[in-house]
Amino acid sequence: MDILRRLFGRRKSSKELAKERLRLVLVHDRSGIPPELLQIMKNDIITVISKHVRLDRQGIEVHLSHNHGVTRLVADIPILSARHQPSSGPIGTRPVGGAQR
Amino acid sequence: MSGRVITITSGKGGVGKTTVSANLSVALALLGQHITAIDLDIGLRNLDIVLGMENRIIYDIVDVVRGQCHLYQALIRDKRIAGLQLLPASQTHDKTAVSAEDMVAICDELRSNNDFVLVDSPAGIEQGFHNAVAPADDVVIVTTPEVSAVRSADRIIGLIEGIGKGPGRLIINRIKPGMVKRGDMLDTFDVIEFLAIDLLGVVPEDESILVATNQGTPVAFQQSSPASRAFHNIAHRLLGEDVPFMPLFEEQEGVLDRLRRALRLR
Repeated sequence: MDILRRLFGRRKSSKELAKERLRLVLVHDRSGIPPELLQIMKNDIITVISKHVRLDRQGIEVHLSHNHGVTRLVADIPILSARHQPSSGPIGTRPVGGAQR
Repeated sequence: MSGRVITITSGKGGVGKTTVSANLSVALALLGQHITAIDLDIGLRNLDIVLGMENRIIYDIVDVVRGQCHLYQALIRDKRIAGLQLLPASQTHDKTAVSAEDMVAICDELRSNNDFVLVDSPAGIEQGFHNAVAPADDVVIVTTPEVSAVRSADRIIGLIEGIGKGPGRLIINRIKPGMVKRGDMLDTFDVIEFLAIDLLGVVPEDESILVATNQGTPVAFQQSSPASRAFHNIAHRLLGEDVPFMPLFEEQEGVLDRLRRALRLR
């Protein structure tokens, strides 16, 4: 498996680069959402969600996908912990996901 | 006889619309079809020169639209084959000299005594493009295997679908098998994967195209060059025949050959 990956996986041809770039550019063209706008939306999403949970900002991924005529905004946001508890108890005493073991 | 109006467009300029229009016109005429080709690149007349009919223009489409002559007076019959005639563009004026309604009227008249009316669209997405697609029964989109051409073709497909003329059929022009093999050019499957419309034909890069244009004799007049064979196949497909696509490479590579080639690259 490793040999095969070395044979076929290492060097990226210019055509592979062209395909990657086209994939990205066509999704943005078709949705009417240019890359800069997507960045702004990403930052807005981070700002809003950060009010409620702590986020792993390095791991956040926001992109557009386009399938069968439907454009989707897909956000993958790793959450570290809740910022505040719903009850009036002490803050941060329980991990996200519940205390039941 | 109620002819079909086929508009050949692309979005991007220079991908081969005029070459395709000229050669498909010739190929279809050689099959006994009655063809009128219309050059809609108003102000930048070029279908005439590719067809080798540039010396015989008296009236053009703008003269027809303005009532300065009848349609039949502006049509130039090809002297080499029966059944092919050209409605030339104006070399003065611009794309606003003709309207979409004008085009629909002209094509309606031409439908009655032609099997096909081939409309050579100008580049772009402005008035000229809209004039060209307005009368179309079918739209053929020409692209090359190159990022900006594919991007433009994608836009055009979206536009024609939006006006109800979709989905269109694709011609991939100027493909170079050697570059595809080396991984330096998008192949047919890649382009189809992006654009997702039916493939009408693939035309290989062929030096004889330039020679033919120099001489004013489209390659479709002979059957020997690869591009000429591709154009003839496309003509047959336009007539509803099921013609298999020519393989890009003389022999398809097996898995072992691909492995050997990969080992040599290291």
